[in-house]
Amino acid sequence: MEIKEIQQQIVDEFSMFDDWMQRYEYMIDLGKSLPLIEEKYKTEDNIIKGCQSKVWVHAELEDDKLVFTADSDAIITKGIIAILVRAFSDQKPQDIIEADTQFIDDIGLKEHLSPNRANGLVSMIKQLKLYAVAYQTQLN
Amino acid sequence: MKTTRLNIQKIRKDFPILNRKVNGEPLVYLDNAATSQTPKQVIDAIVDYYSNYNANIHRGVHALSQEATDKYEEARHTIQQHFNAEKAQEIIFTSGTTDAINLVANGFTEFLEEGDEILVSAMEHHSNIVPLQMLSERTGALLKVIPMNIEGELLMDQYDALLSKNTKLVFCNHISNALGTINPIEQIIRKAHKVGAAVLIDGAQAAPHVKADVQELDVDFYTVSAHKMCGPTGVGVLYGKEDWLNKLPPYQGGGEMIAEVTFEKTTYAGLPHKFEAGTPNICGGIAFGAALDYMNAIGFEAIAAYEHEILEYATQKLLEIDNLKIYGTAKNKTSVISFNVEGIHPYDIGSILDKLGIAVRTGHHCAQPVMDFYKVPGTVRASFCFYNTKEEVDVLVKGLKRAVAMLK
Repeated sequence: MEIKEIQQQIVDEFSMFDDWMQRYEYMIDLGKSLPLIEEKYKTEDNIIKGCQSKVWVHAELEDDKLVFTADSDAIITKGIIAILVRAFSDQKPQDIIEADTQFIDDIGLKEHLSPNRANGLVSMIKQLKLYAVAYQTQLN
Repeated sequence: MKTTRLNIQKIRKDFPILNRKVNGEPLVYLDNAATSQTPKQVIDAIVDYYSNYNANIHRGVHALSQEATDKYEEARHTIQQHFNAEKAQEIIFTSGTTDAINLVANGFTEFLEEGDEILVSAMEHHSNIVPLQMLSERTGALLKVIPMNIEGELLMDQYDALLSKNTKLVFCNHISNALGTINPIEQIIRKAHKVGAAVLIDGAQAAPHVKADVQELDVDFYTVSAHKMCGPTGVGVLYGKEDWLNKLPPYQGGGEMIAEVTFEKTTYAGLPHKFEAGTPNICGGIAFGAALDYMNAIGFEAIAAYEHEILEYATQKLLEIDNLKIYGTAKNKTSVISFNVEGIHPYDIGSILDKLGIAVRTGHHCAQPVMDFYKVPGTVRASFCFYNTKEEVDVLVKGLKRAVAMLK
């Protein structure tokens, strides 16, 4: 599935809930089902800067696609990174670089996060795209 | 349990913000250790200043300037009386506690040298650590830590052992922001003075709950922030004994702190102006005076008794939640409860509570060494003020149970 389609799927899922408590609950469930990063990759280098809680992300190229795994010590943060991993994992680096992130605004996620967490969200997106740039450079 | 002498419902009407909703829920504000809310009496003082006599102070010949000067100095007098300072010039307006601590730490640069020692308690927030580390780097004086036990009480026998003729300064908070511990500052001051050390007590967390008498304490420096005691942000006070303030060099240059300036030499103004460079926070100072008037009208004894009642009630209710651990269980503590629920990150709890309209603090509370001591990344902190109610504690507990059910 293309990034755009997955993003639309996520927007549709979130729009099914009436209030933000339900959306938080859903996000927590997503966090629990996140493909976890292997312990050996939970290093200082893989911690995303700008998050108040700890978030580790690891990227690996499988064939020509980039696969992300992640973890966090806070479950809501884990839910946020789970949404991003779902939207961007198993995609070609170039597609990740070119993908827009309007779906985050469409869910209303940023406005419902504390400023700290909203900054963390921006840092997470930036980090996923940086991985994509790095791997795209390798492919070239 | 003691019956309260405060009419809380009447008091709550003084605070317009307590009527608002957050995320569609009635606000339950339990982040008072970070900043307290402002009563309309203080808001009115701010509106009155800007509506009627906004002018720069001390040097204007016109009527507005005179009125503003009078009110500003009146506020200084109110603060002097409140803390029972001997003289008004011992009350220095600052931008807050951090500024006041930096003023003293900077001033001591020329009084310290290698071999001297500075003692600081293990439960300080960063504002009472970093300026001392900088002072230590500038002078070569050694910074030593007064340790605490697992309950969050200072180990006074170890304090005794650390004190020596080399001790020149002791910095300690009156009440810990992260744990709520009320420190035995009378003993700390008395013992420090025996070895000839000066003492700064950071009263930022204490001043909203207890009335400190600086003469009775015989403290050399005492610092407070207005915004933690129903006043505005951006203003606070350094109390200093006149002798010390005369000895310390000015912290910043310009404005009211000069006596005479030539390109060859500048002479400094007397106290308190020597330490009040530039245009001060005039409105803030005046509003701080109004805040103290407001709190004194309620009465600090009644405030302390009521807040103790809330603390006991909240502690008992919170401990009914499975796997909840309170950090800071000192025998003598104030209305701050720092806690975690096992296996749940404090940020997650704070986020869910926020969605329910409940404002608590989460994180390290600018006291990372305290979190390191307990080996936690942070805690959830509920801190109470005299306008909080037991019903609000119940809302917190209910919200917390919901959050725990969602997050575990």
